[in-house]
Amino acid sequence: MSISLGWRAAVLSVALFVAFLLAWHLATRGAGPVEQMDPEYAKLMGLTATQGKSAMPGPFDVGAKLWEHVKRPFYDNGPNDKGVGIQLAYSIARVAIGYLLAVAVAVPIGFLIGMSPLMSRALDPFIQVLKPISPLAWMPLALYTIKDSHLSSIFVIFICSVWPMLINTAFGVVGVRREWINVAQTLEVGVTRRIFTILLPAAAPTILTGMRISIGIAWLVIVAAEMLVGGTGIGYFVWNEWNNLSITNVITAILVIGLVGMMLDQILARLTRLVTFPE
Amino acid sequence: MTDKFISIEGIAKRFPAAAGGETAVFEDLWLAMGRGEFTCIIGHSGCGKTTVLNILAGLDTPSAGVVIVDRQAIEGPSLDRAVIFQSHALLPWRTVMGNVAYAVASKWRRWSKHKVEEHAQKFIDLVGLTGAERKRPAELSGGMKQRVGIARALAIEPKILLMDEPFSALDALTRGTLQDEVRRICLTTGQTVFMITHDVDEAIYLADRIVLMTNGPQAVLAEIVENPLPQDRHRHDVHRHPLYYAVRNHIVDFLVTRSRSYDDAAKNELDRRRVPVVRPGAIEPVIAAETRVGAPARPGAARASAAAADEGRPHDSPGQAWAG
Repeated sequence: MSISLGWRAAVLSVALFVAFLLAWHLATRGAGPVEQMDPEYAKLMGLTATQGKSAMPGPFDVGAKLWEHVKRPFYDNGPNDKGVGIQLAYSIARVAIGYLLAVAVAVPIGFLIGMSPLMSRALDPFIQVLKPISPLAWMPLALYTIKDSHLSSIFVIFICSVWPMLINTAFGVVGVRREWINVAQTLEVGVTRRIFTILLPAAAPTILTGMRISIGIAWLVIVAAEMLVGGTGIGYFVWNEWNNLSITNVITAILVIGLVGMMLDQILARLTRLVTFPE
Repeated sequence: MTDKFISIEGIAKRFPAAAGGETAVFEDLWLAMGRGEFTCIIGHSGCGKTTVLNILAGLDTPSAGVVIVDRQAIEGPSLDRAVIFQSHALLPWRTVMGNVAYAVASKWRRWSKHKVEEHAQKFIDLVGLTGAERKRPAELSGGMKQRVGIARALAIEPKILLMDEPFSALDALTRGTLQDEVRRICLTTGQTVFMITHDVDEAIYLADRIVLMTNGPQAVLAEIVENPLPQDRHRHDVHRHPLYYAVRNHIVDFLVTRSRSYDDAAKNELDRRRVPVVRPGAIEPVIAAETRVGAPARPGAARASAAAADEGRPHDSPGQAWAG
């Protein structure tokens, strides 16, 4: 076979996708009239009863809905009816703010832990206890103290993004090769300059890996957080559409959440590649 | 030794032993080196050579004793003492120019970027890497990486160059070329060098004096071999020098037998402050079969035949002089 692996994989991916759509379509299509019933009653019951149609929307319904959203992503008909674009923008903004705050806190503390064995030991018990706490467990406390649902969800994003970055930064800094530190020492490089010219570039790939894990977790958590606090955001949108019993919209939202998550991950993957050095 | 540019005075390195107490890698170690001198230290792995070098570099501190460089006791690393690491220790995220310039900018912090690069370029040219300035270490061969390491060390114009087996990771051909270049550069600049090596031929080709260290723990400097080869030596005919094999055999004998069997009695007999200086004579007759193993600085064979090679230099004990 002279066709490249990439092409063969792409063809297989498309084939699998088509097979999935086909199975989905077959599983959700109507099975024809089930039984004769009073037309008035049939009208009331809808296609589910009369045609044996599944309540689950088929791929064409979802496709049509998706197209609708793509055409009008930013409409705003009041608190219960906003375009998916607006909801996504809210979610992304919350993730971005919480995540950047976490970077600003986790990276310096990670350096401190990585550079000082004393701090490393002193802070270790706190990290060990705080790390496994589900970020959503903080939500009531955040709502009570911050008294603002929007800020509380940002806080939850912050608290869940902080740990992987903190641990990876400390790990990366500790793991900087002794010989590079020796080079800096023999050149009488001061602490600040050593941090920025040796430790940071040497630990950057590990730090970025932590940041990539964090953005993934933050995007997982924002959906759950917004379901809890409500108001705006893609998580709220999913829950709201569930209450509207619009499964089509729920599936559309799931798809969009996946796409945005992939995009965020890819951005971090690119950044990681930028700072990775070959040896 | 009249000019004590570097003076190692009674340094020791001890580690806590597993069963309580302490193990000494070496104890009460004395050595002086003159300005512009090329000193090689040879000994088996684990004898503490690298620890001595790290203490000289200021990267390690002795458990006792001091090291004085240019009339000042050293306290930590300094730009006066450049290190060429065995693993070259280049910063992989910087280019060749970046690596050398980093060192230059560390020494002359007020220099403009242009001046730093100009200075760095001089040393990149010196080690023959012109044209490779924008390459990253990963794109270079092992020999080229070590050249960058050498350029980086020389670029800060140190008083002392410390080398920890700088060529041991290289293939024989590259090693030869780099030895030639290091010798040429050190001779022209009058650089004081302290170098660790495992390679006897390398030591003889490069060094003015070769320090022999016994096996650890409790390693001692057994003797200092003065290299009888002329300053003007060349790789291609150095082995034809009449004294080459005398020196070589003397050192190999030391490494094979005496370094191991140097017992406590011999250590007690040794004047650690004045490590015996040996100047191996002509070709040694037969292997040192009758040499008393373990005797400090009593290379019987070298001594017996030294008169011939000593070219009339008066010595109480031919081929053997005392340091100091």
